Amino acid sequence: MTTVAICRYGAGNVRSVELAFRRLGAAVVAADSPADVLDADLAILPGVGSAASAMAGLRERGLDDALRERADAGRATLGICLGLQIALDESEEDGGTTGLGLVPGRAVRLEAERVPRIGWAPVEPDGTAYWFAHSYAAETDAATATSEGFVAVVEDGAFTGVQFHPEKSGAAGARFLERCLSRA
Amino acid sequence: MPLPRLIPCLDVAGGRVVKGVRFRELRDVGDPVELGAAYSDAGADELVFLDVAATVESRGSAVEVAARVAEHVSIPFTVGGGIRTVADAAAVLEAGADKVSVNSAALARPELIGELARTLGSQAVVVAIDTEAGRVHSHSATRDAERDTVEWARECEAHGAGELLVTSIDRDGTQSGYDLELLGALRDAVSLPVIASGGAGGAEHVAAALEVSQAALLASILHERPSRLVSLRDELRSLGVHLRDAA
Repeated sequence: MTTVAICRYGAGNVRSVELAFRRLGAAVVAADSPADVLDADLAILPGVGSAASAMAGLRERGLDDALRERADAGRATLGICLGLQIALDESEEDGGTTGLGLVPGRAVRLEAERVPRIGWAPVEPDGTAYWFAHSYAAETDAATATSEGFVAVVEDGAFTGVQFHPEKSGAAGARFLERCLSRA
Repeated sequence: MPLPRLIPCLDVAGGRVVKGVRFRELRDVGDPVELGAAYSDAGADELVFLDVAATVESRGSAVEVAARVAEHVSIPFTVGGGIRTVADAAAVLEAGADKVSVNSAALARPELIGELARTLGSQAVVVAIDTEAGRVHSHSATRDAERDTVEWARECEAHGAGELLVTSIDRDGTQSGYDLELLGALRDAVSLPVIASGGAGGAEHVAAALEVSQAALLASILHERPSRLVSLRDELRSLGVHLRDAA
């Protein structure tokens, strides 16, 4: 059985992600220690809130180094929403925040008609709609899918980042998470 | 823009879905988890659970409802009613809700909106505005809050609200159509997503609201019947509204 560690660092909807993976039959732990994050087949970096407090929460628990170590070792990590944004080099949020640097790029304030950008939106190329709720978006060369021109999926080595919330995207989201599990 | 959203609203009291006339004579109409899951299966884009009792005791039950819903429903949902502090809101989100909705507490102390947004992120903060004849009402629409609706909407945005849920009290339950004039004024006044509420009688009303707003809250039009959501979605599609394919 694939083991999944969800980083619990005070800035994520850990329970929603945990429930989504349990529905898929994965063995899930909410991880607040580097050892738990390093052990799992797949690590999840969820994220809701602001970039600066999320980074502070990771550093306090030593999870920032654990996530870098996973990336260096080529072990699978999935960043969700803010979890994608803080995996980049930096974010414009909170007057400029240094990120984990797992993926080259930066998070910038969204320039959309309505901000926050909230709702279901198709992700290209395949056109499946997922749930988005964000005010910042990634700018990176590692983008592999977009939604209305905004970066929706980032893939760099063993790291995958998604701007949408697969754990809240119904059947389509469950299929996405299942693919992440099968690749881990 | 993301796709237009249809959001069934379930009134909850004491952990059960209730129905009543103007918050009186509440009648038990089902379990929030069962009804929520059935709406999700019927193609709801999101769900809203509003605790209409909103007493001190009900805050604990809002967390419990959120926790139970999260186990069985994998689409976003909002919990509102009785949330007065950041701690109240954080507990509901930790249980698995995606957003909280605040109303009277934000009118009493608008700074609450900013406190919630800084801690939880703007995307998790919905300000519910009950309005009649261009004026805001509070306390389940029983008191005039002495504010202009459009002005209050702008203030909510300035404080960091992520969305506005705007209910026209004078249309609520009348099935005579949404207050399109007000919704148009709000579209121009703020750049937040707006959820329209109050007055839906048929698909053409919902379609008209979705022309000016990003989402429509559905309450009495559904009568707690998920099958009505299925037919409504079909009717909206035939009116040219581009809805999510929920399969």
